[in-house]
Amino acid sequence: MARADRDVGDDVRGLGAVRVGLGAPRRRDDRRGGDGGAAPERAVRADRDLGGAVPDRILWSRLVHAQLVVDESWAIAAEGEGRFSRSMLLGAGVVLYVSWVAGTAIGALVGSGIGDPATFGLDAAFAALFLGLLVPLARDRRHVAAALLGAAIALALTPFAPAGVPIIAAGAACLIGLKR
Amino acid sequence: MSQTWLVVTLVGAGTIAIKAIGPVLLGGRPLPEGLSRVIELLAPALLGALVAVQTFGNGQALAVDERVLGVAVAAIAIWRKAPLLLVVILATVTTALARALL
Repeated sequence: MARADRDVGDDVRGLGAVRVGLGAPRRRDDRRGGDGGAAPERAVRADRDLGGAVPDRILWSRLVHAQLVVDESWAIAAEGEGRFSRSMLLGAGVVLYVSWVAGTAIGALVGSGIGDPATFGLDAAFAALFLGLLVPLARDRRHVAAALLGAAIALALTPFAPAGVPIIAAGAACLIGLKR
Repeated sequence: MSQTWLVVTLVGAGTIAIKAIGPVLLGGRPLPEGLSRVIELLAPALLGALVAVQTFGNGQALAVDERVLGVAVAAIAIWRKAPLLLVVILATVTTALARALL
């Protein structure tokens, strides 16, 4: 019972943490810092104590969290050293889901009136977003090497593999972590 | 129409199942030490790949176009510690301007 209460509290704070997280500079240290207000700070501390290293033992909770894992929520929730903030994942995942579905609905209704989105440079938006998420994670040489190797694998496979496969294959770049 | 919804439902259910299978079966347990050393590098590897493909990918082809300018401006903005939203807007505006002017 105490466990369930704690989860709900975490979830609510997670939303606040994500709002601040998106507005603030993407540096890890800033996110942990004191200028974000008390609630996100508490959420981060709660994560360090409860989440991250402590695995989630509730089955349905894992099932729900799994559905909210997309590129962006996952990258925002990453704390480095293979650890992830569960409330960040939940908050970012919910915000992303709502705005993604709303955006898709708006696009389906009035999208044809806009013309080619490339005119507005929107095709560069995702590259910039992912770069902004990548830079705070690239903390040492191994991280930079993994990012460069992943980029090289993806570009090398793009002409030959169907869309999406080069990205999945690029995940193999993380195997350089096996090297001491 | 009903056939469309059938496909949407099936694909949706498949997606939910695929996303859930890892955490549901393997979650609830701490990762072995060696594995977390690898998983730690998964985020940078995938993000690096996404940046590369979103910048240079054009369907099955590779292309160097106005997006490169947009991403370059984004890189400078990130280096200058600009907020992420501003970074994305700068990249978008730069790319749109380059297309309109060049």
